Amino acid sequence: MMTTTYKKPSEQGYYGKFGGAYIPEMLHRNVEELQGCYLEIMQEPAFKKEFDSLLKDYVGRPTPLYFAQRLSQQFNTQIWLKREDLCHTGAHKINNTIGQILLAERLGKKRIIAETGAGQHGVATATVCALKGVECIVYMGEKDIERQAPNVARMKMLGAKVIPATSGSKTLKDATNEAIRDWINNPNDTHYIIGSVVGPHPYPDMVARFQSVISEEMRWQLKEQTGSELPTHVMACVGGGSNAAGAFYHFLDELTVQLVAVEAAGHGVNSGMSAATTQLGKPGILHGSKSILMQTADGQVVEPHSISAGLDYPGIGPLHAHLFDSGRGTFLSATDDEAVTAAFEVARLEGIIPALETAHAFAALKQLKLSTTDKMLICLSGRGDKDLATYMKAMEE
Amino acid sequence: MSRFKKLFEVKQQRVLNVYCTAGYPFLDSTTTVVNTLFANGADIVELGMPYSDPLADGPVIQNSSSIAISNGMEMQVLFNQLQQWNENTTANKRGALVLMGYMNPVLQYGFEKFCANAAAVGVDGLILPDLPEYEFETEYGAIIKKYGLDFIFLVTPETSEARIKKLDSLSTGFLYAVSSSSTTGSNKNMTDVDTYLQKLQTLHLNNPVLVGFGIKDKQSFDAACRHANGAIIGSAFIKALENTNEVAATTQNFLESILK
Ligand SMILES: Cc1ncc(COP(=O)(O)O)c(C=O)c1O
Repeated sequence: MMTTTYKKPSEQGYYGKFGGAYIPEMLHRNVEELQGCYLEIMQEPAFKKEFDSLLKDYVGRPTPLYFAQRLSQQFNTQIWLKREDLCHTGAHKINNTIGQILLAERLGKKRIIAETGAGQHGVATATVCALKGVECIVYMGEKDIERQAPNVARMKMLGAKVIPATSGSKTLKDATNEAIRDWINNPNDTHYIIGSVVGPHPYPDMVARFQSVISEEMRWQLKEQTGSELPTHVMACVGGGSNAAGAFYHFLDELTVQLVAVEAAGHGVNSGMSAATTQLGKPGILHGSKSILMQTADGQVVEPHSISAGLDYPGIGPLHAHLFDSGRGTFLSATDDEAVTAAFEVARLEGIIPALETAHAFAALKQLKLSTTDKMLICLSGRGDKDLATYMKAMEE
Repeated sequence: MSRFKKLFEVKQQRVLNVYCTAGYPFLDSTTTVVNTLFANGADIVELGMPYSDPLADGPVIQNSSSIAISNGMEMQVLFNQLQQWNENTTANKRGALVLMGYMNPVLQYGFEKFCANAAAVGVDGLILPDLPEYEFETEYGAIIKKYGLDFIFLVTPETSEARIKKLDSLSTGFLYAVSSSSTTGSNKNMTDVDTYLQKLQTLHLNNPVLVGFGIKDKQSFDAACRHANGAIIGSAFIKALENTNEVAATTQNFLESILK
């Protein structure tokens, strides 16, 4: 009998028809090395021990699963928030960077590169590099350097070098191109810490596994609070899809649990200024994997738009493309304005200022028909300190 | 017999392959460049199909790609240009023509339709650096073969010996030896290239070897040819075409500077 699992990609890194490793030969040795060793290293007892202990004592895990009473009342249902915003550095991104820095250490790599959009992954990478005393270079779109200034300052204080990506839309896609080119030019001493479940195999699976601690905790925490491990819904925002992959992971094969992914609609899905990949994209190849991609009829990548730098990306990870394509996942989107409005609502109802990325997940609540007995878990992927300038501007308007 | 086979039968040394992005510097300059290159000593011309996100390319080719795209270059436009060129070019006025590009635009065009059209307009071979060998073997290789196109894999100084042999066995036309671990147009020091190319020579490969990346002038071309069948020039030629209105004259001067 065939047992299907959504969790595990094929040996070649495919989830359904999405994934693989579409890389030039110049990256082959490094990617093959990772493919060959990531599972083994992650399963070493000494690795696990160090990973778990850093997550506990350094990151501050487990993060709370908090029953949001006033928000629940507002939507006439039961809503819990998985508080990734309380992780050290303020977002889920550090779960992955801790894992990857330990991996890089075991591979003997002395130089770390990363791309960042909102700057959260850049900060999380700079943080673990400081922790381990290794050189850190972060590529960041010029436009994102402007709109996420607090995170740029944090990276610099942590000792990282921030290099602006000035090509294309000057956002996350372009920062990722530059990071990949850096890796091509530095094949021996460098490890590339990708910040989401994108890139060539094994990155999507590796990053999903490092982030899967989110849903691992959700299960026992929900059981502790309600007597049952399974919610009816799990919802998360999707840029590349790492917080969603982490929040979905241990529910992927629990088919009663509805998995809701929320993309950024920008000015509106059909406005020409959007980042709603599954609505606007077609199968294609970007950054080393086959997935769903926003592109022209001629196969040129379309420059996306979102108010939130972390969602301003024309693709999604191959796992999510498969969840979309197979119907296992429900894909919604929220506009810039809806996200900002939702951020204010959550701030006033729960005393929590969410990141602009996360705010998109909250904004999609009103699109779902939830009942009083439903149990909705929302991944509160990050805190909104980095977005205060945007929020304050909205307050003035 | 394939045009590469014929070429390498009569010429095993100093084979010159020049790269230019299609639609650069002007939308309609593509075939002028191709003709002038062939008329002035290029044995192979590699036309780049411009892509918005060329991962293996440095700033010079990136820039030529975005200029070509904003000039209006598209896959179908390129095929139309080449169709006319093919109709108007006699066999003795041309060498081997290669299309180089990234997988995504090719997939959007339709992989089989792409191969069929390429073969129909006189293209001899393909270089798709982000087409992995697994997908080549399981899916795309057979389609490429069906239309009689050659396919050229890249190897780098980091590629293991076993893998070089594997990629050589999958390639036809020639094998593309990337001179250093870099994106195109880099100025990385080429001192170790000799050792690497000599190693390739000892492997008794099936295919002729052409060296690319960092070949920019007569000196580097001569050096590359010492231990290989020839070399590929890309970024340096693109740079030469920057700000020129005299595409043919500039192309001719450039080739003279290499082959003088
Ligand atoms: C707080 C927060 N949430 C979500 C994201 C989107 O990334 P992903 O989809 O990989 O979780 C980011 C990216 O920067 C982020 O900072």
